[in-house]
Amino acid sequence: MRKTFGFHGGIHPPENKHQSVRTPIADAGIPPQLIIPLSQHIGTPAGVVVTIGEHVLKGQVIAEAQGFVSVPKHAPTSGTIHAIEDRLIAHPSGHLAPCIVIVPDGKDEWIECVGTPHYETLDKVELINLIRHAGVAGMGGAGFPSSVKLSVKAGTHIETLIINGTECEPYITADDVLMRERADQIIEGAKILRYIIGPQETLIGVEDNKPEGIAALRAAAQGSGIEVVDFPTKYPSGGEKQLIEILTGKQVPSGGLPSQVGVVCQNIGSTVAIYDAVVHGRPLISRVTTVTGNAVREPQNFQALIGTPMRYLLEKAGYQPEKNRRLIMGGPMMGFTVPDIDVPIVKTTNCLLAPTEAELPTPPPAQACIRCGMCAEACPASLLPQQLFWFAQGKEFEKLEHHNLFDCIECGACSYACPSNIPLVQYYRASKAEILQLRRDHEKAEASRIRFESRQQRLEQAEAEKEAKRAARKKAAEQRAQATGGDAGEDPIQAAIARAQAKKAAQGTGDGDESELEKLEKAVVSAQKRLDTATTKLEEAKAAGSDFVEALQTGVDKTRAKLAAAEQALGVYQQSHQPEAAVEDKPPVDAAAAAIEKAMAKRQAEAAQSPAEKARADLEKLQKRLQKTQETLIQSKANGDEEKVIIALESTVVRLTEKINAAQQTLQAAEDA
Amino acid sequence: MALMRLTSPHAHGPMSTQRVMQYVLLATVPGIVVLTHFFGFGTLVNILWGCLVALACESLALKLRGRPLGFYLKDCSALVTAFLLCIALPPYSPWWLIAVGIASSILLAKQLYGGLGYNPFNPAMAGYVILLISFPVQMTTWAPPLGTAGELPGLWEALQACFTPGLYDGVTMATPLDVLKQNNSLLIDDLWQQNPQFGTFAGLGWEWANLAFLAGGAWLLYKRIFTWHAPVAMLASLSLLAAIFYDGGSSASGGSPLFHLFSGATMFGAFFIVTDPVTSAVSLRGRLIYGALIGVLVYIIRVRGNYPDAVAFAVLIMNFAAPFIDYYTQPRTYGHSDKRGEK
Repeated sequence: MRKTFGFHGGIHPPENKHQSVRTPIADAGIPPQLIIPLSQHIGTPAGVVVTIGEHVLKGQVIAEAQGFVSVPKHAPTSGTIHAIEDRLIAHPSGHLAPCIVIVPDGKDEWIECVGTPHYETLDKVELINLIRHAGVAGMGGAGFPSSVKLSVKAGTHIETLIINGTECEPYITADDVLMRERADQIIEGAKILRYIIGPQETLIGVEDNKPEGIAALRAAAQGSGIEVVDFPTKYPSGGEKQLIEILTGKQVPSGGLPSQVGVVCQNIGSTVAIYDAVVHGRPLISRVTTVTGNAVREPQNFQALIGTPMRYLLEKAGYQPEKNRRLIMGGPMMGFTVPDIDVPIVKTTNCLLAPTEAELPTPPPAQACIRCGMCAEACPASLLPQQLFWFAQGKEFEKLEHHNLFDCIECGACSYACPSNIPLVQYYRASKAEILQLRRDHEKAEASRIRFESRQQRLEQAEAEKEAKRAARKKAAEQRAQATGGDAGEDPIQAAIARAQAKKAAQGTGDGDESELEKLEKAVVSAQKRLDTATTKLEEAKAAGSDFVEALQTGVDKTRAKLAAAEQALGVYQQSHQPEAAVEDKPPVDAAAAAIEKAMAKRQAEAAQSPAEKARADLEKLQKRLQKTQETLIQSKANGDEEKVIIALESTVVRLTEKINAAQQTLQAAEDA
Repeated sequence: MALMRLTSPHAHGPMSTQRVMQYVLLATVPGIVVLTHFFGFGTLVNILWGCLVALACESLALKLRGRPLGFYLKDCSALVTAFLLCIALPPYSPWWLIAVGIASSILLAKQLYGGLGYNPFNPAMAGYVILLISFPVQMTTWAPPLGTAGELPGLWEALQACFTPGLYDGVTMATPLDVLKQNNSLLIDDLWQQNPQFGTFAGLGWEWANLAFLAGGAWLLYKRIFTWHAPVAMLASLSLLAAIFYDGGSSASGGSPLFHLFSGATMFGAFFIVTDPVTSAVSLRGRLIYGALIGVLVYIIRVRGNYPDAVAFAVLIMNFAAPFIDYYTQPRTYGHSDKRGEK
């Protein structure tokens, strides 16, 4: 007998396993429809590689793995792809998820499978690839891709390979019946795993409440060097960390992986799936699922295709819906209630539990915590659940983390033991989610802080560079001043004045600086532009009956004033410079004269136009305006603007149409003339 | 049909707070029987009256706090407080003394802090200490045990003593602990012979009452209502100190370990007061420290203090320290290398 170790805490809930082991594993057959969720494992969902209407064979890949932590999906039977859409899946949140729906053709026609009975001919990487392509993911609960688990980092020394046949959850017997009926396959699978991992010892851990399974395994393991270890039944000894402690006495470091203590664990179901994948080349398309609870007449184990609707399986077991108020996927300790009876079986569905109200009563309202400590006695992680509960109630996240909330495996032993019916695990889940959210928020805030600070730094640097340039210019100027003969002690202000005077003098001499003129001209142009846009806006606003008309009006007035000022400045400048600059070429003109001249020129130009041309130009302008107004009207209607606005716009359209008619008549008249 | 949505776990154990409380009530029965046998019906009348007052106070407080009565009354915690305080009170106490004590326990020490689970101090002991300080005369007299002062009072006399205290003229006698404390000239053996209230190895009647409470406590331990840590630590530290200062039974002796273990409220305190989960330390190592320090305080106050017994004071003082003890006695979490939460 091998020495086993205990672990802290644990509970002994009623096992309720006998109900479902009275008959051998039954083949559930092919349901009328199969719904295969793209994500049945931890990691990235698979990517669809089939199209609607396509015919697929049993075992054909219908979705490919995407990324390292991902596995492909295969058609569980031959048939037609009926739909690729979001369906309700077995998830506690009750959300929809992308699924592939297959309508079976009933022929159950296999794709060609190439098995490798002599697995030793392949190397480890090839085998891991094979397992990955067969879509094997942990079938005990979490659904972690087996290939990832087996890809132990190079240089990690694995002492112990553990096959987990504990099945400590009450009611579930899926692994138990596998041990009884397919012990050979388990041992073969374990050998393949041993070949891949190369441990010093290979153990199969089983709780002592499965004597038949243990006997079958021991018989099959004869001479294989694989040891079947049994140990006292206690929930949750099937937890990976607990099982490792039971069998090796070692604890996996908090937040670490079993491989850090030289252990790799695989579930019984996964081991059989790996055997199938390697020896027969068959992908994971079906699994053993326990259907039990007092709301089914014949509790038993089914070999069910992945994607089989739960309703189909339950009805096969004699489901009595009137007796059943909650349907649990998994066991009564860690399973979750499914939102609907039509959701499909997935790779992790080890059990469907349909209890009656008397069997698993609705929890009564929670009473006050009396700190009895029964939760702490039950906790397999040696936490202080009631302390965590007080902190969770008070949202004291730091204390929660200090009390190692994240080492909670949510096994539910504390809630089970709590005499006050406090849903402790629920508090921990909620707190974990909140802390993770806070961490994410904090990271985001940190990132934007860094962003802001580096921007600030950039700006400062730019400012500093400018400052340096300024200083350099100043220095250069001083040097120049010195060079031009000023004494060393000359006042910089004096120098500046001198410079300014010099400049003025230079301007006075008339070879004027062009840039000044340009600047003024530019000012005029931009003022003109601003005035134009402001006027347009004002007109639009007026048409729309907007409240901002007044504000826009003052804006236009101001802009106009600015324009006038700019023009004046330009005029003054031109007046003072032009004569001297071009004194010989042009007669002296002042701004007013220029303006008059311009106006006259314009009038002449207009006069030069024929009446017909003028009318045409007017008509064009009006048409443009009409078009614009109509556009605005459509826009406002689309935006759902106020009625008042729309009416105003509509009247504008009418008015403009009238004007256009008038203009057309004018034009007609002009052309006729 | 809409399926119910609940989070795991879906199964629940057989234990309930109500049942915990009922077990505790049941476990006091042997002690109450022995007390009644040796001191008459006084304790029983205390308990009956005390329970009525406790339920009334609890109901009043719940009503004032706007809580549903039925849901909170059925947890039986008020009855437990009443039982524990009334067992600790001297038999044949007047009705008002009991009423004041219970009201202090339930209203001040429990409900004002937010009710069951939120009280930092043991309600029964808080009520006891309030009475001890306010009414020292009534609180430090005890009825003479069977066979020392004639016939024990009957049930009728006991009721009279409680409800018409002015008309009842009971006999009282110092408790063995008191006699020992007052002694400064006699050797222990002489003291034993000269005072009728001493029995085989502790006080007459007291030794049996303590044994009965020990039995009740052992049953609760067997039922896993609490862990052994706090009571065993308390009894161990008390015995250890008694052994150290016994000095062979001289006139300055503090009394033998056996005497201390089976006198006064030792066993009652160890199994029914120190184990009160709400006000004690919660981690196992914390409970060891908590219990041991109570034992030390009990011995010091018994031998050096002014009051004849010390469990109530010792417990209240340690109630203060419980959260502090818990903070420094966090168990080592799975996968962590030491106790302070670091990995």
